[in-house]
Amino acid sequence: MQVSMTVNGRQRTDDVEPRLLLAHHLRDVCGLKATNIGCDSTSCGACTVVVDGLTVKSCTVLAVQADGAQVTTLEGLTGPDGEMHPVQRAFREEHGLQCGFCTPGMVMAAIGVLADNPDPSDREVREGLEGNLCRCTGYHNIVRAVQAAAKSGPAAGQVPQAQEVEA
Amino acid sequence: MIPSRFDYVRVASVDEAVAALTEHGEDAKLLAGGHSLLPVMKLRLAVPSVLIDISGISDLSYVRAEGDEVAIGAGTRHHELERSEVARAEVPLLSHTAGRVGDPQVRHRGTLGGTVAHSDPASDLPTALLALGGTVVVQGPGGRREVPVTGFWTGFFETALSPDEMVVEVRVPRTGNAGWGYEKFTRRENDWPIVAAAAVQGRVALANMGGSVVRATATEEALAGGASIAEAAALADQGTSPTSDMHADQEYRRHLARLLTRRALEKAAAAAH
Repeated sequence: MQVSMTVNGRQRTDDVEPRLLLAHHLRDVCGLKATNIGCDSTSCGACTVVVDGLTVKSCTVLAVQADGAQVTTLEGLTGPDGEMHPVQRAFREEHGLQCGFCTPGMVMAAIGVLADNPDPSDREVREGLEGNLCRCTGYHNIVRAVQAAAKSGPAAGQVPQAQEVEA
Repeated sequence: MIPSRFDYVRVASVDEAVAALTEHGEDAKLLAGGHSLLPVMKLRLAVPSVLIDISGISDLSYVRAEGDEVAIGAGTRHHELERSEVARAEVPLLSHTAGRVGDPQVRHRGTLGGTVAHSDPASDLPTALLALGGTVVVQGPGGRREVPVTGFWTGFFETALSPDEMVVEVRVPRTGNAGWGYEKFTRRENDWPIVAAAAVQGRVALANMGGSVVRATATEEALAGGASIAEAAALADQGTSPTSDMHADQEYRRHLARLLTRRALEKAAAAAH
């Protein structure tokens, strides 16, 4: 069936099977490979994207459920001039990654955390990222990166497509 | 993991949803947030031939005080319930428990009606609802009826719903300032509870201590008879039938039920006004 959504600011319409998962739609139909599929069972958060202003795990959403939605993936964070999103920049500066597999989901989830709470404590960051697993267990620098991003202002809790990210 | 093929139907009203359920019969499933249904479909534990998407029904998402009760629309997502000012003031056990479901991403999608209809014995919100009491409002071809929560969850993934009925609302008594406690034991914060206990106004409900969420009736009777919290909580696993799995054996679950019941009752007593 036909599904239309705005992905990273670009409207697109595709003919998909109802059983196609949003994660597969983004990776295989839209060609956006930043969104990783880790556990494929709603646990690890590697596939986290923002749908209509809320973080979701795209392995547990059908593409047809995102019909009419605004979807933002990691690729959509970078500005037109190639400038990184404040959360991306903070993850690089604080070395908030080891192998990097969880990073796209962590960055998207961190934006959701900062949308909810622009100045989170260490504990609040950890609770806000409870849905994202780093199997390198590199959590300390991830938390540090989120708190560093918070210092850069409200843009850290927003995605670029003029779309508000809620808690 | 990819689900089996199915037909996908969108509906815009409860009447349309019930009509679609009636038309497609037992092979149809309602899809709201999908966070209970899609995982079991991906594992092919559920193989519905038709999914009826009810997430576009706009008037199913609300939390409002009505007389002595709070009415919650079945389409209310967990994060909406968690943040609802009405729920926080009138049924704080429920808003708190909504905030303990899964993780933020899960709470952005999952709905109260979905978790109620799914009837997983380990689910958080049915445990809180069973402790609160109240009713589940369901609608079928013959109209609406109310099912007390004490009779709604009948077994593992089984409820009092007929195949052509859907959950439209949950009604719970306002507990206001009454003390409450919700204690959940997990290996990781976003996991399903290995065991959980909810306590409010002398009632206690347990997650994952049987085929469905259950009341700790021996504990409740002991409390009503004047027993101390420690004495009453020591009876929490009586009459339950927990299973053993890779997370915990039966004896450990019984231990957790007693321990978490004591903690939940102590929190309720400490918070009572």
